[in-house]
Amino acid sequence: MTNQTSSTSEAPLIVEMRGIVKRFPGVLANDHVNFELKRGEIHGLLGENGAGKSTLMNVLAGLYRQEAGTILVNGEPKVFSSPRDAIKAGIGMVHQHFMLVPSQTVTENILLGLDDPRFIMRLPEYDSKIAELGERFGLKVDPRAKIWQLSVGEQQRVEILKMLYRGVDVLIMDEPTAVLAPQEIEGLFETLRAMIAQGKSVIFISHKLQEVSAIADRVSVLRKGVATASGVASKGVSRQELARLMVGRDVIFALDKKPGNPGEIVLDVRDVYTDNDKGLPALRGLSLNVRAGEIVGVAGVAGNGQSELSQVISGMRQCKQGQVILAGDEVSNHSTLFGIQHGMAYVPEDRTHVGSAPNLSITDNVIMKKYRKPPILKNGLLDMKAATKLANELKHAYDIIVPNVSTPVRLLSGGNLQRVILAREISGLPSFMVAVQPTRGLDVGAIEGVHRLLLAQREAGAAVLLVSEELEELLSLSDRVYVIYEGKIMGEVMVKGEGHDEALVDTIGQMMTGTPLDQIQKEGVAANG
Amino acid sequence: MAESTALNKKRSPFRIRIEPRLSEPPAWYPAAVSFVALIVALILGGVLISFAGGDPIRSYQHIAKASFGDIGVLSDTIVKATPIILAALACSVAFRMKLWNIGAEGQFIMGAFGASAIVLAPILPSETPRIIFIPVMMIAGMAAGAVWGFIPGYLKAKFNVNEIISTLMLNYVAVAWMNFWIFGVWTEGGFQMSPKFPNTAWLPRLLEYAKTFPAFRGLTTHLGLVIGIVAAVILWFIIFRSRWGYEIRLIGDNPHAAQYAGINIKQNIIWVMMLSGALAGLGGMSEVSGVVHRLQTAPLAAGYGFTGIIVAWLAKLNPLVIIVASILFGALILAGREIQPSGVPKMIQGIILVCLIASDFMLRYQIVIDRGEE
Amino acid sequence: MDFTIILQAGIASGTVLLFATIGELFSERSGVLNLGVEGMMLIGAMSAFSTTIATGNPWLGVLVAMFFAGFISQIHAFIVITLQADQVVSGLSLTFLGAGISLVLGEGLSKAGTVSLLPNFSIPLLAKIPILGKIFFTDQSILVYIGYFLVPLAWYYINRTRPGLHLRAVGEYPSAADALGINVFRMRYFYVFIGGMLAGLAGATISLAVSPGWFSELTTGGQGWIAIGLVIFAQWDPIRAAVGAYAFGALRRLILDIQGPLLLLGLDNPFYYNPYLGFFLQMLPYLFTVAVLVIGSREAMRKRIGAPAALGNPYIRGERGK
Repeated sequence: MTNQTSSTSEAPLIVEMRGIVKRFPGVLANDHVNFELKRGEIHGLLGENGAGKSTLMNVLAGLYRQEAGTILVNGEPKVFSSPRDAIKAGIGMVHQHFMLVPSQTVTENILLGLDDPRFIMRLPEYDSKIAELGERFGLKVDPRAKIWQLSVGEQQRVEILKMLYRGVDVLIMDEPTAVLAPQEIEGLFETLRAMIAQGKSVIFISHKLQEVSAIADRVSVLRKGVATASGVASKGVSRQELARLMVGRDVIFALDKKPGNPGEIVLDVRDVYTDNDKGLPALRGLSLNVRAGEIVGVAGVAGNGQSELSQVISGMRQCKQGQVILAGDEVSNHSTLFGIQHGMAYVPEDRTHVGSAPNLSITDNVIMKKYRKPPILKNGLLDMKAATKLANELKHAYDIIVPNVSTPVRLLSGGNLQRVILAREISGLPSFMVAVQPTRGLDVGAIEGVHRLLLAQREAGAAVLLVSEELEELLSLSDRVYVIYEGKIMGEVMVKGEGHDEALVDTIGQMMTGTPLDQIQKEGVAANG
Repeated sequence: MAESTALNKKRSPFRIRIEPRLSEPPAWYPAAVSFVALIVALILGGVLISFAGGDPIRSYQHIAKASFGDIGVLSDTIVKATPIILAALACSVAFRMKLWNIGAEGQFIMGAFGASAIVLAPILPSETPRIIFIPVMMIAGMAAGAVWGFIPGYLKAKFNVNEIISTLMLNYVAVAWMNFWIFGVWTEGGFQMSPKFPNTAWLPRLLEYAKTFPAFRGLTTHLGLVIGIVAAVILWFIIFRSRWGYEIRLIGDNPHAAQYAGINIKQNIIWVMMLSGALAGLGGMSEVSGVVHRLQTAPLAAGYGFTGIIVAWLAKLNPLVIIVASILFGALILAGREIQPSGVPKMIQGIILVCLIASDFMLRYQIVIDRGEE
Repeated sequence: MDFTIILQAGIASGTVLLFATIGELFSERSGVLNLGVEGMMLIGAMSAFSTTIATGNPWLGVLVAMFFAGFISQIHAFIVITLQADQVVSGLSLTFLGAGISLVLGEGLSKAGTVSLLPNFSIPLLAKIPILGKIFFTDQSILVYIGYFLVPLAWYYINRTRPGLHLRAVGEYPSAADALGINVFRMRYFYVFIGGMLAGLAGATISLAVSPGWFSELTTGGQGWIAIGLVIFAQWDPIRAAVGAYAFGALRRLILDIQGPLLLLGLDNPFYYNPYLGFFLQMLPYLFTVAVLVIGSREAMRKRIGAPAALGNPYIRGERGK
């Protein structure tokens, strides 16, 4: 039975969740949430980071067990004690962070956890079965390839195939577009529509308003664990309304950004080449610069060299060719200490695993860049009184909410931890700062706080390089934006004025998928001429 | 951890759940947990002793009496504890950087060898006054231990060789090395020991002052104790108040953050292993110069390095607590020599370590009693 | 010196290492580092010997050894899998525990027993092969032949069967396995048990076949640790593990058996003339282990492969990221 996406009002409910309650230590993630999915629809589940949407779907997919509430599949109550049960009931989840074993092949990953083959595996048989399945749903992938050899988009296809191979009827996609470029997103949408045509139903979790509006038939919204909208037809509601349902107040898409007055070039990245951890080229002749008093953004789909770029700049990675020049001094291929001593601040994308020492106190974390000099270092020993005083000052200045500064940092929330890191970096009065994904995983209030701090740096005359996957964030903060693709800069655009510039977003989107700027401009001229 | 199904009409009276702690437990909590773990371990040890045919109560009573019963045995306990202090300090500084130095035993032995070489080679004549002999032996012991620590440190820094195995293998090599010198070069008339050291090479003992302080008669506590305590205090300052100590702690907690802070991890691996080896080597020197007074395998390869691991863990790597914990273990070893069956002290050490590790769990998780849903 | 005899004994000695290495290999493949191999081997050796003395049945001794060691290894499993404690320290404590328990329970066992050992025999046709037949198939303990089977069996299990696929997934990327319904915890407990059993078997091989008797801690002489080093050298592959184990076994025998005034090709045997140099020979296996580690680590660095990715880390389900 084929269902067109619009005629689902009389379609039966394939999934119903009633009164779901799920708690974690210290947090009520789902507070009596109801949710229903009609057969043959694409249902968007909206909410900001931490609203509880992934949790709700993890319950549906059998990963978590709810404290209270029922799940009905095709009208029958079901209890899932593991993902296996959910899959047996026809519900499968494609996670945001792929659950694939990198060193094994596509086929091996798809066969993982199944009872068949019973004992001895004859892979070639299964290789062809899986290739067939891929053809049927338009998901082309080489079954014998190892996962680490595949691109992110291809890995996502493997995840989808994994579920389809198990015969699921309901596919839950958790933030599937987080790793895709705008053009690849369209490809994903087509795949989803193809699956609907084959009788499947889809739940689409996202925090991106625009996408959900574009693809979903109906939309539900979660905010702080509570459903603020349930199954509203997506055509009938505006972006502003959805935003309000997500955050509870009007979201202002532009910040108070004063006009820029950029000075001298502070950071100069010249023609840098470097490899990633796998030995493959990550940066291929990349050049950019940042001036004092401006925020320069780097846009791009994750995995195009952003991590390696920030590592080369901060000194955590060597570059094979090229230079990084900070205020006239070459810092490339020197230690991180060298960069620090030359006024560089680095807010890494991984707060817990790189940016902080989890079991050490806030005080210990905050002096990480200062412990080599007075006032922290006195007569060759650490002056802990001075260190504690500094920590307390920063605690007040940056609104870090903790009982006291000797608390180990692993007990802090994401927002507080980021504040500690920013406090540490900014209090060193850096001339240059590179911030990578600084607002990832933070709630709206924390995000605003981080943005204000970055703008304050800009006003104080520092040069800021902002690497982010959130285009909105880049457009509201940056003066200029570079776009990185496969280790090269595709082009650089100025960000002028407030408001949403569709043409600019489109240009950036094209660069993010590999079209260099001059080509876009040529095509633009040709189209208009 | 399975939770009961929530077909919500069922109301369970209350449920016990285990969840991660969200805040620091009060300051006394870790010590209390360790203490309870110790008691549990002793109980378990008692069970095993009775299973093997011994009498646990009598065994423990015997241990208490034989180690703290009177001033004489107390002194003996301290003598046994002294090498443990230094071995445990050695382990603690390495463990702080998550360097699993299992080679304290070998470094200890090499330290004893180094100190002995000064006497036996001879590098200093036997008439050398004590005030010169002892410090030179200390330096030699530390240097030899440091070299023995340098090797695995270098291998780890350069080739990422697993230090657990490399340090352990060097233990066996050190024993063979020492045996070669004892049996083959410095042997005393064909016996399995070196000649006795001249008095000038002995660490001063309390009984030497029995003329002035009659109470000291017969007490074999030696200067090594002071060396150990001083080393512990210095190490405390290094770890908690020096630049280097900060770097060590940072590397141990999160090497990526340390790298990000501009710290050179590889160099620190080497330096810390050398420091660790030097401390263990100092322990070897202390034992050979303060107790054994000759180079002899059995009393020197007695497992102090391994006991040091347990004591360091028990003391949560704190140098000052190590002093106390070492005395406890000194008692165990001293009294344990007379207990039948003879493997008991080792077994109890193992049980204590197991219970301590298991008890760490209570520091990261808490038990929550939940009174059902509304 | 007759090299074939030395190699023949070396194969037997290597079988001990083989069992221990493959056992630890399984455990590490599932993601759990078990440093208590030495302790498990001691328990195996002691209980095999004492059971055989008590019952007269060496097979019973082997069984008891395997299960006792496997049982003790579950303590480590509980501590690191369920309590999520540090695997390194827990493994070390297991060594102490195993050594201590075996000393306590083994108290009073006669040092070198006249105990019924496991049968030795030769394989009829294969024993006739020149040189190799003498080394591999002549008058070896039945445990040696079991060892021959174990290697390809282990390889096939890990690489060509479904449970083997699951094992590898659990050690490389446990969340993927978990999301697909594989019980990561149960599998890890199981493979730690297998590791313990095989270590116990290794101990039994010593006390009932290779060097019969119970000599307290000298029984194993650090072979448990060498086995752990061999796992790294083997790059977690059973075939390489076998190569390493047998090579080491041969080395140990070589060291023990260097006798006679002539070494090789008419060269004087230094160890004949100065017996104390024998101590340096004693160092060799341990120095070789370090060398083997250096080789293995450099290879891992070069090929960018190596340990199962999740080795040493407890699996915590459903971590809420910051």
